[in-house]
Amino acid sequence: MKEKQKIIEISGLSVTFEQYDPHSPRRVNLPVISDLNVSVHAGEIVAVVGSSGSGKSLLAHAIFDLLPANAKVGGNIYYLGEEMRRERIRELRGREIALIPQGTGALNPLMKTGRQITNGRKDDACVGEMRNLMRQYGLPRNVEKKYPFELSGGMARRVLLLTALMSHPKLIVADEPTPGMEESLAGQVLADFRNYADQGNGVLLITHDLRAALGVADRIAVFYAGTTLEEAAASDFDRENLLRHPYTRALWRAMPEHGFAVVSGSQPYVKDLPEGCPFGPRCPDKSPACAGEIPVRSVRGGRVRCVCPGEEEKRGEPDGM
Amino acid sequence: MADRKRKYGRAVFADDPGDQRKRTVFPVPAVLLFAAVVVAGMLLRESAMETDFVRKNLPPCAGHLFGTDRMGRDMLARTLAGLSYSILLGLLSSAVSAGIALFLAFLSSLGKAADAAVTWLTDLMMGVPHMILLVLISCAMGKGFAGVAAGVALTHWPGLCRLLRAEILQQTESLWAGIARKLGKSRWYIARTHFLPHLLPQLLVGLTLQFPHAVLHEAGITFLGFGLPPDEPAIGIILSESMAYLSTGKWWLALFPGLALMLTVVFFERMGNALRAAVNPSEVHLVK
Amino acid sequence: MAEEAANVIRFLLKKMLKAAVLLAGVSILAFALVSLSPIDPVRANTGTTAYLRMSPEKRAQMDSYWGKELPAAERYLNWAADFVRGDMGMSQKYNRPVAEVISEKAGNSLALMGTAWVCSGILGFILGAVAGCFRDRRPDKVIRGGALLLAATPSFWLALLLIMVFSVWLRWLPFGMNIPIGVSHSEVGIADRIAHLILPALTLSLTKTADITLHTRQKMLDIMESDYVLFARARGERGSRIVRRHALRNILLPAITLQFSSVSRIFGGSVLVEQVFSYPGLGQAAVDAGLGSDVSLLLAITVFSALLVFTGNLIADLLYGIADPQIRRGRSHG
Repeated sequence: MKEKQKIIEISGLSVTFEQYDPHSPRRVNLPVISDLNVSVHAGEIVAVVGSSGSGKSLLAHAIFDLLPANAKVGGNIYYLGEEMRRERIRELRGREIALIPQGTGALNPLMKTGRQITNGRKDDACVGEMRNLMRQYGLPRNVEKKYPFELSGGMARRVLLLTALMSHPKLIVADEPTPGMEESLAGQVLADFRNYADQGNGVLLITHDLRAALGVADRIAVFYAGTTLEEAAASDFDRENLLRHPYTRALWRAMPEHGFAVVSGSQPYVKDLPEGCPFGPRCPDKSPACAGEIPVRSVRGGRVRCVCPGEEEKRGEPDGM
Repeated sequence: MADRKRKYGRAVFADDPGDQRKRTVFPVPAVLLFAAVVVAGMLLRESAMETDFVRKNLPPCAGHLFGTDRMGRDMLARTLAGLSYSILLGLLSSAVSAGIALFLAFLSSLGKAADAAVTWLTDLMMGVPHMILLVLISCAMGKGFAGVAAGVALTHWPGLCRLLRAEILQQTESLWAGIARKLGKSRWYIARTHFLPHLLPQLLVGLTLQFPHAVLHEAGITFLGFGLPPDEPAIGIILSESMAYLSTGKWWLALFPGLALMLTVVFFERMGNALRAAVNPSEVHLVK
Repeated sequence: MAEEAANVIRFLLKKMLKAAVLLAGVSILAFALVSLSPIDPVRANTGTTAYLRMSPEKRAQMDSYWGKELPAAERYLNWAADFVRGDMGMSQKYNRPVAEVISEKAGNSLALMGTAWVCSGILGFILGAVAGCFRDRRPDKVIRGGALLLAATPSFWLALLLIMVFSVWLRWLPFGMNIPIGVSHSEVGIADRIAHLILPALTLSLTKTADITLHTRQKMLDIMESDYVLFARARGERGSRIVRRHALRNILLPAITLQFSSVSRIFGGSVLVEQVFSYPGLGQAAVDAGLGSDVSLLLAITVFSALLVFTGNLIADLLYGIADPQIRRGRSHG
């Protein structure tokens, strides 16, 4: 099969916050994302799955150049093969790339919903499209005239979804789009992402919900302590031994249908990251090599950041990058 | 930590946001300077009252940097003496006000009725223009020094009290307080062991930021004629006296003492903000 | 619509009740304070002769407020009952009914405070909003620096500086006094009145502008950091469009509250400014009353000032009720 066009490719992304230590007048650098790699091809939904506190939202903000002034961004982001610099991002956002933010506080509290969905446009075509979408997503007609505080959480999230759909982007970055929605509705949203991707677009789904992601995504990027530990096809999650990274396997085992096995310990805070593999301290297969540089390898069509990735039949060859 | 709600922004018209912020180092030399002013002011109290009609109405010169007044008193000595009086009274007032604010904020954490009462009292204090309140208290205490001191000390708590009360409310939501309450600890116990450590830094900041207001109000009410007798060196009195000589062009009588007062206020305001930056780094870590 | 109006009215009634209770509280506090005064208010400044010359009714009235033989609560109620009927007692200092003194001075004061209030409100809002938009860039640095310096400047000293520059040095504007000495009240022309208003109003405006600028700037920064502005940027909105569509809309409400709650500070500031310029307003009267232990007058001015403050707050609430959909559409927060 011919390699599909990459809509977005993020390679070696790092985000560092400069902060002020309360106990000393010196600046501290807080690496919240380091060496993160993920890409989305045309027609694909890629889910970035990570537990709360792993810095997932910052990934979305980095793509849209929304990080605060004290954040330093490293690495490269390519859009349709072209490197995106700040000015280019500013041209693209809202047009070719759209964000569905995590919180419903993203809606202007003093502006009626309708005007927020159309982004101020009042022409018939635009309003008509909005009304179609609202019908499609079960938003009553009067929602247009309501203020955000009058909407339920689920409604507000649908409104956010509509803002993205209205701009017909090539790429949607959805940051936890479904919490607060009823299950059937969440299913519909995800199904629509599927549909949307199938038309040759890309969706980057940022979520903590592995099960929901598996139901809709083509590939899963496992996010842990600010970096991606593994990129795997969704189908790899059918069997534990298809997965490559010990953390991914632990996640798999923690799923209800696989026995709820919980790995002890918790994600390290970015300030106390261990040397080498961030998962090292919790890893059952830890070896002295885990404290060193951890290469990213291609294994069985996926990519993994581990010195001894889980084997199925044979160990994969180290990747040159 | 990333999911902990983090707010940030950037100037809409910023082309390239820089990332430098002035370091929030404690301005040690400035503190020493102000300590020196206070000490010098106290030592100069006598010479500030010394009259010498040979040297009256001198504009600023080498011997008298701030000039002299109609009775030949050295304006530099008078200004320093007045400043030290203002600073000491300001410190005392902020400390008393901070104490009242802390007490009332604790009180409001004890229950709904107490909270309502404290809120009401705060609203009440804020309903009367501050200078009017000061005049009232001065009048109640017989217009002397005690009246001014009491007035300034007793009226600067409402803002700080609101701040501390909000802080306590936030802490009350916290897990620890909930558990302690379940374990049957008394509210006072919780307030003492749990809230106080959280409040102390806020209190310190509030106290420092309250100081400029206290000093300005002290100078203001003294300027109006309350407080110390007319020939005592206080910034308010000095400026009030200078009014009579403005039309004759004796600008130095008003310029330097007022400037000194303004610099004092600016200094304490900066110090308060530096302290705030040190106490709540999360609030300012984005501010360049 | 009818429901929205009902919501606003309900909200306002609640606020009015609260203001009325607070006003009663202020009068009790003020009464208690002046009653504490160690100087016997009955004879203090009037002197025994004036007291003796007083009509028996007046003397009885004074005794019923300030005499020490009745319980404090009863004296307060006597005073309050007369006060709400419009009889505020006699001013010993001006030797006229307090109500008369107040109504005369209030006009002058309101002209001064009103001018300063409008000027500082408009200027402060514009400067603060601009500074907030240009966070940490040159316009912000200049505006913020100036405002911080001005906020640290004692208003009465600023007044002295302005007098030195504009009256003594440049001789553009009159020195002080609302009315030139030796001219009777009716002869004063409007131009002359305005000339005497400029410097006090300028002083008061400048001090208050600093305040409002700094507050507006902070609000603007908060809004610029809000999730909805961040999202607007993610949707490709930028620069002035964000300011127009999102920031101005959201900063208006806090600005209204700020402006109307500045009444208290502007009144407080006017006390000092009026004193410097010998401007015959309520502030100066309050100082005279305080220095002269003219308790009836001081009490009345206190209550009047609080009334003004609470009215300001009420108007702010009313505008808020109209402008904020959350209140208008019935989700009032206390």
